[in-house]
Amino acid sequence: MSQSQKTTAAHRAAMAGAKPMIECRQVQKYYGDYHALRGIDLTIRAGEFFSLLGPSGCGKTTLLRTIAGFEDISSGVVLIDGQDMEGVPANRRPTNMVFQSYAIFPHLTVAENVGFGLRRDPRSKAEKAAAVEEALAMVGLKGYGARASHALSGGQRQRVALARALILKPKVLLLDEPLSALDRKMREQMQVELIKLQRQVGITFVLVTHDQEEALVMSDRIAVMFEGQIAQLDGPEALYARPTSRRVANFIGVMNFLPTRVLGETLSGVEVEVPGLGRVEIPAANVSHADPGDDGPSVGFRPEAVSLVSAGAPGQARVAEGVVDEVVYYGDMTYYDVRLDGSAGFDGQARPVRIAMRNVFGREVQDVGTRANVSWSPGSLVLFR
Amino acid sequence: MKGGGLRAYAIAYLLFLYAPILLLPVFAFNSGTIIAFPLKEFTTQWFAQMAENASLRRALLNSLTIAVCSSVFATCLGIFAARASTRFAFPAKGPIMGLIMLPLVLPEIIVSISLLVVLLSVGVKLSILTVMLGHTLICMPYATVILSTAFNSLDRSLEEAAYDLGETRWSAFRLVILPLVMPGIISSLLMSFTISLDEFIIAFFLAGNEPTLPTYIFSQLRFPKQIPMIMALGTVLVVMSILLLSVAEYFRRRGIAKTGAKDTGGFL
Repeated sequence: MSQSQKTTAAHRAAMAGAKPMIECRQVQKYYGDYHALRGIDLTIRAGEFFSLLGPSGCGKTTLLRTIAGFEDISSGVVLIDGQDMEGVPANRRPTNMVFQSYAIFPHLTVAENVGFGLRRDPRSKAEKAAAVEEALAMVGLKGYGARASHALSGGQRQRVALARALILKPKVLLLDEPLSALDRKMREQMQVELIKLQRQVGITFVLVTHDQEEALVMSDRIAVMFEGQIAQLDGPEALYARPTSRRVANFIGVMNFLPTRVLGETLSGVEVEVPGLGRVEIPAANVSHADPGDDGPSVGFRPEAVSLVSAGAPGQARVAEGVVDEVVYYGDMTYYDVRLDGSAGFDGQARPVRIAMRNVFGREVQDVGTRANVSWSPGSLVLFR
Repeated sequence: MKGGGLRAYAIAYLLFLYAPILLLPVFAFNSGTIIAFPLKEFTTQWFAQMAENASLRRALLNSLTIAVCSSVFATCLGIFAARASTRFAFPAKGPIMGLIMLPLVLPEIIVSISLLVVLLSVGVKLSILTVMLGHTLICMPYATVILSTAFNSLDRSLEEAAYDLGETRWSAFRLVILPLVMPGIISSLLMSFTISLDEFIIAFFLAGNEPTLPTYIFSQLRFPKQIPMIMALGTVLVVMSILLLSVAEYFRRRGIAKTGAKDTGGFL
């Protein structure tokens, strides 16, 4: 499957050696008094599928538009393929954009849309027509050239927009929330197609999205942005497993947080006391110093990093006991909210933790109010201090 | 019968609107010189008389020249105003757009008298040029409103996409924006043309010795002998109007069908 190939260690090691394609150095952007980009430092490698992920208003689209040349930057430097983009307008940058609305020209046919950027190309008419046909074939729209573009479906418009941008063989393809207008099925299909397409053409893709799942599925690396700043830049697994702040952890999926008391540093990590879990040594790799939040230090874990087990089950993992507070049945998954014994910690406030269990055949869904044993391991905890 | 009252109302309403206009051709082809029933014989002499009338031809030519020029001027200026107001932010945008729309509510007689005073005081000779000026002024608000609607309905990223694909700002406008607002431009031209063609007060004040169609018709109403010819003229104008509207509407709808846009209503 293309997704798993995409995120192999080998692939990423190859990526790490690639030359930089886009470099942002201390990029600042003001709209009047509004500080939209607060010092962005970013290097995107050639051939990389890179995502800018964040909630709306975090500056991700602004950053994309400054790379495209639609917005001037207030200060800082943007380099594309080593060239300073200062004063280079959008129509002369080696980038092309796929817009959120696709921006298909409604008065032109599909072929005219795709061939729009070739107007200034010195090639002959026949050669251009062949290039258009080739681009259409690449996005799976062979033979659609003569169609009126306003009669296309959402997915087809998306493909036309892709073909129109890729026919110019840009160094960087910028995609502004390209899948947000599609329904769920179509979106999932296009995610896979985009990954395949990116590897086929080898062009650097920069994707803007607010959908964390989309970013995880498609990207080699992801920059998570909040309020005009990059909060964390990492590969999908690192971002999910070892978020460096509670905010990133909360934005990407669900994470349980338990208030924690730090006891001291050890050789291989940090020793903490967590109400409900007891004394734990957190491995150094899982310790984040970035953002303890207002509540002081806490440990976090993903709902699927722990599991419900029957009492007295064998294994090395530690087991905490508690009571099932809530059960949410999703068909393939069941979510349990479990109140761990003794978890009403230092402030006396009980915090149920969410646990996700795959519903395998033969395993019964537990009832609200029953006792539950939660199996966990120190390696799946992340400490925010 | 259900809805009988409404139906009667609708019929009465349509009669009130169109019966006078339907009478135009009736009397235009009637050989009697008095506009009254019973009708006399069928004749086309009034049309012949109209065609031979030199001052009528001159008035018609003046009116057409004024209407064509002022509708083109008003539409060009309207394009600038509409694009500025929909695409850019600038200081005092509200008041400036308000000033453009002001002639819509100002009494025309006030506008014409002020224009007359100003033009005379700066020593401009009254001619059809001055009428064009006045008509451009009063057509501007209509053109601006129609074109603003057209520009507003455009996705802004269309222009950016064209620019991104290597076009200049001007060629992006010409290749993408202009074709897409064409139905609006046609509507604006048509609206301005119609307003200018039958405008009386400004033409009356600013034309000097040059007749326009409305001022000529008004001047001829004093002579009962001329009235059948005016009826013939009216008939021709009604037929021309219907033809013009149909042609314009045909092109507008074709433009809309070509882009797959939603039809937001034209003149027909």
